[in-house]
Amino acid sequence: MDEINTAISIRDVKKRFGDFIAISGMSFNIRDNEFFTLLGPSGCGKTTLLRMIAGFENTSAGEIHLYGQPLENLTPNERPVNTVFQSYALFPHMNVAKNIGFGLHMLGWSKAEIQERVEQMIKTVELHEFAHRKPAQLSGGQQQRVALARAMAPKPKVLLLDEPLSALDLKLRQQMRAELKALQKTTGITFIFVTHDQEEALTMSDRIAVMSAGEVQQIGTPTEVYEQPANRFVAEFIGKTNLIEATVTEVQNDSVVCKLVTGQTINAVTAQNHSEDSSGVSPSANIIAGAQGHISLRPEQLSITEVSSSSSGLQGTLGEAMYLGTDTQFDVNLSDNVCLTVRRQNSVENSNLPEFGEVVELSVAQGAARFLAG
Amino acid sequence: MAAFGSGSTVSRTFAPVRNWLLMPTWLTVGIFMLLPLLLILVYSFLTKEFRGGVIWEFSLAAYDQFIFDRGLFGDAEPSIEWTYINIFLRSLVQATVATLFCLLIGFPTAYFIATRPPSTRSLWLFLITVPYWVNLLIRTVSMKFLIRESGPLNQALLGLGIIDTPLEIINTNLAVQLGLFYSYLPFMVLPIYASVERYNFSLSEAGADLYAGKWTILRRIILPSIKPGIIAGCILVFVPSLGAFLAPDLLGGAKTFMIGSLIEEQFKGNAGNWPFGSAASMILLSLVLFVLLFYARSQAREQL
Repeated sequence: MDEINTAISIRDVKKRFGDFIAISGMSFNIRDNEFFTLLGPSGCGKTTLLRMIAGFENTSAGEIHLYGQPLENLTPNERPVNTVFQSYALFPHMNVAKNIGFGLHMLGWSKAEIQERVEQMIKTVELHEFAHRKPAQLSGGQQQRVALARAMAPKPKVLLLDEPLSALDLKLRQQMRAELKALQKTTGITFIFVTHDQEEALTMSDRIAVMSAGEVQQIGTPTEVYEQPANRFVAEFIGKTNLIEATVTEVQNDSVVCKLVTGQTINAVTAQNHSEDSSGVSPSANIIAGAQGHISLRPEQLSITEVSSSSSGLQGTLGEAMYLGTDTQFDVNLSDNVCLTVRRQNSVENSNLPEFGEVVELSVAQGAARFLAG
Repeated sequence: MAAFGSGSTVSRTFAPVRNWLLMPTWLTVGIFMLLPLLLILVYSFLTKEFRGGVIWEFSLAAYDQFIFDRGLFGDAEPSIEWTYINIFLRSLVQATVATLFCLLIGFPTAYFIATRPPSTRSLWLFLITVPYWVNLLIRTVSMKFLIRESGPLNQALLGLGIIDTPLEIINTNLAVQLGLFYSYLPFMVLPIYASVERYNFSLSEAGADLYAGKWTILRRIILPSIKPGIIAGCILVFVPSLGAFLAPDLLGGAKTFMIGSLIEEQFKGNAGNWPFGSAASMILLSLVLFVLLFYARSQAREQL
C-alpha cells in the first residue's frame, strides 16, 4: 500500500560540498499525484535536494527511490523525471516546437507521435501563434510556458520545478500559480515545487516541507504549517507572527499555562509534529513546567477590545495604526519592549477605531496561542 | 545588430558629439586601411617597371599574367596558365586543413579552460598566449630547428628506438601545417573560449534531463550554442593562413609554395613585379571577401 502511493522516497539523504553540509540528513515520502513544495530560505538545501532527485548531484549518503526503484545508479538522462529550470534553460537555437519535442525525439518517438504530442502541449500552454518563434522572441511568461510544456511533453512520472515563477512579475506570477495548480490536477503528475516564497507554497501545495539549514523543519498541509507551526523557525518563516518569550508554569493534558516575559499568564497549545513519521506521543509529553520558549500569536488571531474589569487577558497601550486597505495593522505595547502586531479587518461594523495611547485589551482566539520550545 | 540599433537610438541627441569622438577611428581606418587597399588596387592596373616599382600607364597585364600563358614573348596563342592557379588552390587546401587542425585541437582546449574554476582560467589563458610574446619569425625558425633531420624531435625518436632513419618532415606539407598550426592556434582558442565561457551550462543539464546522452548534448546543444565563436575562430585562422608566407618559406620547399610567398616575392628586392603582386593580392582579397560574405548571408538567413 505504502509502496504504491509513494512517488519519491527520500531515505537518510545527506549532501556535503567539501566542508559545507548542504543537507544534514532527511527522510520523507512524497506521495503519488501530490503537489509537494520544498519551502525555505536560500541556502536551506531545497534546490540541492531537487537536483539530487533529477540526478545532477550525487547523494553523499542515503538513497532516493522513485516508485520503489533506487535512482542511485541512473544518470539524469535515464531518470523518468523532468525539470522546469529556474532560468528556463530553453535551447536558444531551436524554435518553440523543437524545444518541446526535444525530449520526445531523444526517447525515440516517431515523427507523427512527436508532432501530435507537441501540438497538444502547445495547445495546453496556449502558445499556438508562437510555435515557430525562437525563445529570444518570447516574453518571460511565454518562455516559462515553453519550459513547462517541454518538461511535461515526455509524460514524466514526476515533474521537478525549481523556482519557476521567480523571474516573472507579480501579476503573471499570481496567474501562473492558478494555472500550475490546475495543470497538476488535470495531468495527475506528481509535482515537486521548490520555492522561497511562502505565499506561493501556501496557495498551490497539497503538502509543504519547510526546510532550513539543510534540515526539514516541518512537513504538513498549508493549513497545518501555518496554524500549527512545529517550531519557532516555521512560525516566523510562514506568515507574520508575534513571538513573546515565555516560561511554562503548568502542564495540562493538551495545553500549557505560560507566564509571559511581561508578567501576564496565557493558555497555550503546544506544537505537534504532524509529519507522517510522528508516533502517537502526547503533544505536551516532552514539555515540563519551567521550560523556556516562545508564545506565537498570529496578528489576525488577536482582537482589540475595551478593558473590562472581569478580564484576565493581555492589556497594553495602543501604538501606531497602519491602514492597509482590507486591514488595519495596530501596534500594541504590552510593556516597554514587547510590542505586538494586531491585524483587524476593515468592515463597516468595527469602524470605531480605538485611539492612540488608549489602554486596550487583547483577546486571543481559541487555540491561537502556541507555545514553541526553544 | 540589435545592440547597434538600440545604441544609435539612445545616443541620437548626442550625434554631433559622437561624430567628433569617432573621428580618430574614421581617420585610422581611412589612412591605414582604405588608402593602402586603394593603392594596391590602382597598382594592380599599372605597368611594371623592371627594377621594381611601377610606370603610371593603365594595363591589364598583371591579371592577364595570372590567368593566361602567352608564351615567352607574349605573342603565342593564349592558354590557361595553371602555375599561379595551382599555387592558389594549394594555399586554399593548406589554409583549410590548418583551420580544421586548429579547430580539432582548439575546441577541446578552449572547452577545458572555460570549464576550469574562474580563479585558474586566467593562468591557462596566460600559458596559451606566452609563446606569442616571441616574434613570429623566431618561432617559425625554432620550429624548423625542432623538426629538422638532426633536430631534437628526430633525435628523441631515434634514441627511443621508435624509428631507424630520421623522419623527413622539413620541406613537406606537414611542416607547413605544423608552422601554421603553431602560428594561429590561439586565434582559434580565444574566441571559442569566450563563447564557451558565456555558454549557459544549465542548457546541458536540460539536455540530460530530456534524455539526451553526452555526445548528443555536445552535437545538438553545445556546438550550435557556441557556433559564433567557432566561426570567428575559423575565420581568424583561415584568413591569415591563406596569405601566410613565413611558414611556407622557412619550413616548406618548392612544392609547398603558397600565395603569400608568391606575393612577397613580387615586392622583394629588384626582381619583383609590383603590379603582378598587387593583382595577386586583389584576387586573394576578393576570395576572402567572398567567403566572409557567404558566411554573413547564411547568418542573416538563419536569423529570419
